[in-house]
Amino acid sequence: MKYRLLYFASLRDRAGVDSETVESFAADARNLYAELRARHGFAMDADCLRVAINGEFAAWDRALADGDEIVFIPPVSGG
Amino acid sequence: MFRLSDDTIDAATLTRGLAHTRAGACVAFEGWVRDHNDGRRVLRLDYQAYTALAQTQGERILAEAREKFAILDACCVHRVGALAIGDLAVWVGVSAAHRGAAFDACRYIIDAVKSRVPIWKNEHYADGESGWLHP
Repeated sequence: MKYRLLYFASLRDRAGVDSETVESFAADARNLYAELRARHGFAMDADCLRVAINGEFAAWDRALADGDEIVFIPPVSGG
Repeated sequence: MFRLSDDTIDAATLTRGLAHTRAGACVAFEGWVRDHNDGRRVLRLDYQAYTALAQTQGERILAEAREKFAILDACCVHRVGALAIGDLAVWVGVSAAHRGAAFDACRYIIDAVKSRVPIWKNEHYADGESGWLHP
């Protein structure tokens, strides 16, 4: 399936892009993160992150659909 | 109203926007950019946001505040982009009939924004290094 990824903060710096489209067999966000972590060398464990799917926070094990926009959310630091 | 802004926040205008004939109190919180963090000298910083999710989360927090506290109106504006020391980074304002609810709601909103809204701070230090804060 094809997924649209957006990256922010340290994940963006590490990936070297602010977004990308990937082709993957990963069926949920947890497996997709593991795959992209290996590819980009992300330092953070999935347990440190939250995930958003199509603009809303979602569970890591929610089944992904073709064309989903997925964002891994590092701990936030606004304010 | 919740909004991200890539331009200077005008606190006076935002305060006027909270005016209400039933209001007897207005509490505002201003978050400023300070010149140090964790023992390091900070020269400037950048804020980055996941705009779509930040907007829905910010609106949800304001709705929660209106449900939990007896307030009349609430507003929060957060800067994105490059900021200098002393700049206003985030503004929260609440109007209410009485001060107790206004103080409580203002505190609730800024605490929730800092913990839940997808905005990240990149600090640039005097020694030339920089780093995203992921507390």
